[in-house]
Amino acid sequence: MTAPMARTTPNDARGLGRRLRLARHPAAVVGLILLAVIVTIALIGPYVAPFSPTAVADLPFATPDMHHWLGTDELGRDVLSRVLNGGQSLLGLSVLATAVAYAIGLPAGLAAGYTRSRTTNSIIMRGVDVLLSFPPPLLLLVVATGANSNIWAMVLAVGLVLAAPLTRIVRAGTLDVAQRAYVEAAVARGEHTGRILRREVLPNILSVIFADVGLRLSYAVLLIASVNFLGVGLQPPSSDWGLMIAENRQGLNLNPWMVIVPAMLVAIITVSINLVADGIARTLGTSIERAR
Amino acid sequence: MTLLDIRGLTVATTFGAPIIEGIDLQIAEREILGLVGESGSGKTTLGLAALGYARPGSSVTTGSIRIGQEAILGRTARDLRRLRGRVVSYVPQDPAAAMNPARRIGDQLADRVAHRPRAERSNLIIRALQRAQLPAEPAFLARFPHQISGGQQQRALIAMAIVAEPSLVVLDEPTTGLDVVTQAALLSELNALHDQIGASLIYVTHDLAAVSTIADSVAVMYAGRIVERGQLREVLSRPRHPYTIGLMESVPDHGRPTKLRGLPGVALGVGQWPVGCPFEPRCRQAQLDCTLAMPNFETIHLDHAVRCFHWRQTPPIAVHEPLRREQLADREAILTVDRLCAVHGRGADQIVAAQYVSLTVRPGECVALVGESGSGKTTIARCIAGLHKPAAGTIVLHGQKLAALAGDRSRKQRQHLQFVFQNPYESLNPRHTVGAILSHAAAMLRNLPESTARNEAARVLDEVRLPASSVKRYPGELSGGERQRVAIARALIADPGVLICDEITSALDVSVQAAVLDLLGNLQAAHGLAMVFITHDLGVVASIADRMLVLNRGVICEQGNVSDLIVRPTDEYTKRLLEAAPRLELAATGIGSTT
Repeated sequence: MTAPMARTTPNDARGLGRRLRLARHPAAVVGLILLAVIVTIALIGPYVAPFSPTAVADLPFATPDMHHWLGTDELGRDVLSRVLNGGQSLLGLSVLATAVAYAIGLPAGLAAGYTRSRTTNSIIMRGVDVLLSFPPPLLLLVVATGANSNIWAMVLAVGLVLAAPLTRIVRAGTLDVAQRAYVEAAVARGEHTGRILRREVLPNILSVIFADVGLRLSYAVLLIASVNFLGVGLQPPSSDWGLMIAENRQGLNLNPWMVIVPAMLVAIITVSINLVADGIARTLGTSIERAR
Repeated sequence: MTLLDIRGLTVATTFGAPIIEGIDLQIAEREILGLVGESGSGKTTLGLAALGYARPGSSVTTGSIRIGQEAILGRTARDLRRLRGRVVSYVPQDPAAAMNPARRIGDQLADRVAHRPRAERSNLIIRALQRAQLPAEPAFLARFPHQISGGQQQRALIAMAIVAEPSLVVLDEPTTGLDVVTQAALLSELNALHDQIGASLIYVTHDLAAVSTIADSVAVMYAGRIVERGQLREVLSRPRHPYTIGLMESVPDHGRPTKLRGLPGVALGVGQWPVGCPFEPRCRQAQLDCTLAMPNFETIHLDHAVRCFHWRQTPPIAVHEPLRREQLADREAILTVDRLCAVHGRGADQIVAAQYVSLTVRPGECVALVGESGSGKTTIARCIAGLHKPAAGTIVLHGQKLAALAGDRSRKQRQHLQFVFQNPYESLNPRHTVGAILSHAAAMLRNLPESTARNEAARVLDEVRLPASSVKRYPGELSGGERQRVAIARALIADPGVLICDEITSALDVSVQAAVLDLLGNLQAAHGLAMVFITHDLGVVASIADRMLVLNRGVICEQGNVSDLIVRPTDEYTKRLLEAAPRLELAATGIGSTT
């Protein structure tokens, strides 16, 4: 408030300075490192895997040894190789589902928040209510039955599930910004609604959105992993982490690593994304206060 | 007898930058001190220090404060709590935010007297309510803060401050944000209250006019230091610090319509203080020695003290040439509003905001719409700007009837009619640079290519006297006055014929207001702009407007030339507004006539 520090100039608020301020939150730094490790595993894993993820390499449920560091699974495939191959699909599909959520939720929330028409608002928000009133796994199972477990239909369904709360968040932010005088000034200039939303409203709710991206992404990871775990997403012989947990449950007491490692990796993704998102939200929070 | 004795007080941030420095201030028993200064001058910090309180991030570093026999500094937090409210109490700035919305008024009052014997408490509460001109009834005590009006909230806070009968009360901007009629009532009530309770008051404000009606003495603060201190009459009749003169010349007064002269430049922020006199960059009588050392606080006559090397050279306060207005009556009207009606809400909740309001504005003319809050003046302005759909009536610009909403008007019409919003903290998008804000408006309204729009942005910034480097800055980096200049520049870049200004100075300090009004007057003369100026401040009206319309609950109750109406109002409502309007009480000091 009355801090004597030099006013932050917008340049460092946008570039290096923001990253440096993120570095002041140790939890966020830990999250960032963990996330980097996971993404690295997912990206270069397939190239360094010692065996093919689908080839039978040894007896089933073998415990770790020199050749198979994490043992083998129910079909005798090398667990380490499958783990190294299984990250891409999970992360890729989660990012895609999150993108779908934003493609739906952002315009819907802006429209619902900015429109003066009660009908438009009601249609959008009651749709959101309907989506929110289903437990997500139930909704996903229904879609899986209808779409015959098509993975793209599942991604779309996960995106839709995630879009519902996002629409609410964007609408709340838009409602607040829409009554500011600079929006009225744009109305008085005769700007088109689309342009007002893009130029005046969107930049001012970006901080809310940035803070939300991480949360949405970690939900997406969990939902995609559950979809695959339930056997309605990616099908065998894919080496997806969620699928691996499901396939190898029976052998849990023979070689626990084939379940523990993918489960840990999924947990680390969500935790690290949340840590980073929390750090971003905090830096944005303080920078917004300073901007006011 | 001295009641409050502050010596060598310095309050600094935790980083070591002083917020106020070297304050020496004595207040006698029963004295009312007006503590005056622009935003950021440290006046609230000083007021809070009298309670032994420093805001988070700051602390008292040196000095001593005594109230009567009690030393305030160097006590434990627990010990201080015993003094606050009983020896010294505080009335915070924003009444709506200062009360706990979840607790009843009576309970909040009772908290302050919990240390007294049970039998006395209700008597104390009743007496405090009566002194604050509030109903001393159980029904009122049972109310929640949101169930009483803004004026009552302010009085309730005052009742809370005096209920434990302290010997010193600090009032922080108690009338800022109230309209003139409520402000005048509150000031006279404070005077009566002071006679009854016998406490000393510190009245913190940026408004010298309010101080002049209530205070016995005045202390003027600039950049964390007291620069002038003395009896009210003496300081106002012969101010010795150039800053005091600047403040006095900024106060608009409907009784003496003059061309306002704002202080040039911007007040310094914490941590930017120079070695020499901090006022030197803005001072009209600065000399070389002013940049080299800080002047001492020099006593020049009895208890009149001033912090200026060259106080002997300070000229007496000058009355600037009154405004001369050319005859405009023969010009053809540029904007005509005919029998405009406007409402808020629908159905049973409908509130009528304007009833059959008609007005005309000619090129080069400034028409003021005057009224209390809730009189409908802003709604009328919004109807003209196409932001509120009128219920009936027509608006004609350049002989063409305007569509109800801005989006349905032609680009040319929108360009010709520009609106400046009340609150500069809300009217500029914080995510765009000043340059982007201005050139976008030019591109949008005048269809200019981008390079021309950028040149235009530089031109209007120069017209509103902002440096050309401002294009790269974001609104968050600008002060309130600078932001309002940008908002005016955004209207000017459209090359308008009519400018509608909605209370554009109400969120600004008096000195900044004077500078903005000065600028508007010059721009109006240079461009032949027609202006509709909405305000509740008759002093502002007198200094800028040619004609005025007085609005009372959506109806025009009186209209005419400003110079006539201010001298000879006929309508009761206009008379009431005029009586309530704050004036710098110079007549009492006999200075107005001598120069």
